[in-house]
Amino acid sequence: MTATREIQFREALREAMSEEMRRDERIFLIGEEVAQYNGAYKVSQGMLDEFGPKRIIDSPISENGFAGMGIAAAMYGLRPIVEFMSWSFSLVAADQILNNAPKMLYMSGGQWGCPIVFRGNDGAGGQLGSTHSWCVEGLYSNVPGVKIVIPSNPYDAKGLLKTAIRDDDPVFFLESERMLGDKGHVPEEEYTIPFGQAELRRGSWDQPADCTLVSFGRPVNFCLDAADELLKEGITCHVLDMRTIRPLDMESVVRSLKQTGRLVVVDQCWPFASVASEVITQTCERAFDYLDHQPLRVNSDDVPTPYAKALEAAYLPNKGKIIGAVKKTMGLL
Amino acid sequence: MSSTTVKPSSPTTRPAASPKAERSLSAALPDATVIKWLRDMVLIREFENRTAQAYQQAKIGGFCHLYTGQEAAAVGTIGAVEHDDPVILAYRDHGHALARGMDPGVCMAEMFGKITGCAKGKGGSMHMFDKPNWLFGGHGIVGAQTPLGAGLAFASKYEVEVLKRSVDGGPPKKKVTLCYLGDGALNQGALHEAMNLAGLYGLPVIYIVENNGYSMGTSIERGTTMAHDLIKKADAYGMEGRVIDGFDVLSLYDHFKPLVDLCREKQVPAFVDLKTYRYLGHSMSDPQKYRTKEEVEQYKAKDSIDALAAHLMNVRKKKDGSPCLTEAEFLEMQKDVKEVVRRAIDFAEQSPAPDPEAELYSDVLVNPQPGMSPIREYHQGAKNPLL
Repeated sequence: MTATREIQFREALREAMSEEMRRDERIFLIGEEVAQYNGAYKVSQGMLDEFGPKRIIDSPISENGFAGMGIAAAMYGLRPIVEFMSWSFSLVAADQILNNAPKMLYMSGGQWGCPIVFRGNDGAGGQLGSTHSWCVEGLYSNVPGVKIVIPSNPYDAKGLLKTAIRDDDPVFFLESERMLGDKGHVPEEEYTIPFGQAELRRGSWDQPADCTLVSFGRPVNFCLDAADELLKEGITCHVLDMRTIRPLDMESVVRSLKQTGRLVVVDQCWPFASVASEVITQTCERAFDYLDHQPLRVNSDDVPTPYAKALEAAYLPNKGKIIGAVKKTMGLL
Repeated sequence: MSSTTVKPSSPTTRPAASPKAERSLSAALPDATVIKWLRDMVLIREFENRTAQAYQQAKIGGFCHLYTGQEAAAVGTIGAVEHDDPVILAYRDHGHALARGMDPGVCMAEMFGKITGCAKGKGGSMHMFDKPNWLFGGHGIVGAQTPLGAGLAFASKYEVEVLKRSVDGGPPKKKVTLCYLGDGALNQGALHEAMNLAGLYGLPVIYIVENNGYSMGTSIERGTTMAHDLIKKADAYGMEGRVIDGFDVLSLYDHFKPLVDLCREKQVPAFVDLKTYRYLGHSMSDPQKYRTKEEVEQYKAKDSIDALAAHLMNVRKKKDGSPCLTEAEFLEMQKDVKEVVRRAIDFAEQSPAPDPEAELYSDVLVNPQPGMSPIREYHQGAKNPLL
């Protein structure tokens, strides 16, 4: 039974939190609607019943306030999990999460770290318009002192979240509203996934391929679709799921590139100064001689996220854009 | 707009508690405690004088905000709490750090940007952190420390209610967090979110507005609604509010200590409009055109150090009926303090600067991992001098 157990992404997140909370009483969850409402997206469903209102805490709509509260509780010695209903709303908490959480250890000369997890939905949720569709990884990965995790499937979500909760540094954990209902294999046995280890999802380390697709979070799934489609035409891809942005497993990118000579980075952020830009820059710094074609990026378009279904679809990275980019690196377009 | 009115004394519907209030609590304190407060205030005054000199000599860089004139505020409030009650500050933080027990040499060395400073020279004047003294930092962004203050109170209450032990494994203890802010922070959203959270969750934190009448060059009336009755802001968040005179340290203690006791016992928040005044500019680069010399002189006339010294020499008696402090003893105290601060300057001056190779990439992460930075790996640096 356990070998084939399939659960939703949201259940995987809940299991990670609940298991860790059973293990360590210092952990608590705070956020909007996490307790009595059972989670705006039902991630924390049932947790109030198990852990009670002193550990599953409904907050008012005060992101800057409760983010800061969590940060100081972490400094003091607790292990907070702070849920942002959407990472879009974290922008009003920017001072706390960018100025305080990542810099406290440095500003205090090593006296106080900040073992806290901020988690919530990142990226376009489906016609939510420009203010509610933020991909914050482009902005936030610019700041030293945070670890940034972005899983693409339920198995990784659980294993990475458990690692995040146990980590002694601030972790930004980016989920996607569009993936919360995705089902995947998650064993009942305990496991964790270390940060900084990309997973090869298509292709094999000892098999050359035509192109390396590098992605993280939800767009990994677009890459898998694109790779499957390309295979029908005889074009082979490595699909590398980075799983964490900081740390960034460039060793694996370079290792794959040595087998392919071509690189396409797929990233839901805007293109300018994005994570894709960073992956490509580091690739050029480390492995320029292995490139047979200039690296390409597939990002969201460089405009505010539109509302209309057709415009939003045109704006986001998708299978077609990825296939086009791969073919371009091969001189086929 | 230059103003000739005396801001902190402007008409209020709830006047500051009278300095002449009965001194039952402070009168019961050991003489040595009150003499120590005088010494701490003298120390802060002298320390800031030498800080100003060092700044003018370019030995201290960046922004530097001096506490001169406000000494009683830090000493009287910190004197009313336990050593393991959390304290968190804004950026005018040298005085509180010293009152809390930070070594003056370590404090000065931080401003000199030396490895022997409290943040190994990585924080500077605005970031005085002292873990052994439960001082959770000076904070540079106006109001940013106020949600943190709520969080410290949340954590201490969590120890009592959930863990039923301290995070270090000791017995649980009812604590009170002191969270200081300037009157300029009254208008930051962070404070209002924090006060709402503190009121909502019943967090034992006291927001102490060190109301010196000016946020930089803007007098409180020009930036803050209800400036004549700030306690209404406490009412709005369902917490106790007090107006307290911050010039007379004994009166301050007499009025503040019962509030601390209440917040500790009932585990609830409070808000204090602590009337004070800074003699010097907002920072070292402030020409102070927004106020008159006469106004400053008016406040200097009721200087908290002079007042306490006079009280100890002329009013307060030892058990044997002799004065609590003689003029000779006061002079000796001032001489001692000068020597302490001189040594602090020497210590700061003679300490080495942090070595970039060892310290630039340390203290970024507790748990450094490969691949965190494209430039080089983070690592553990030198042990903090306070730990």
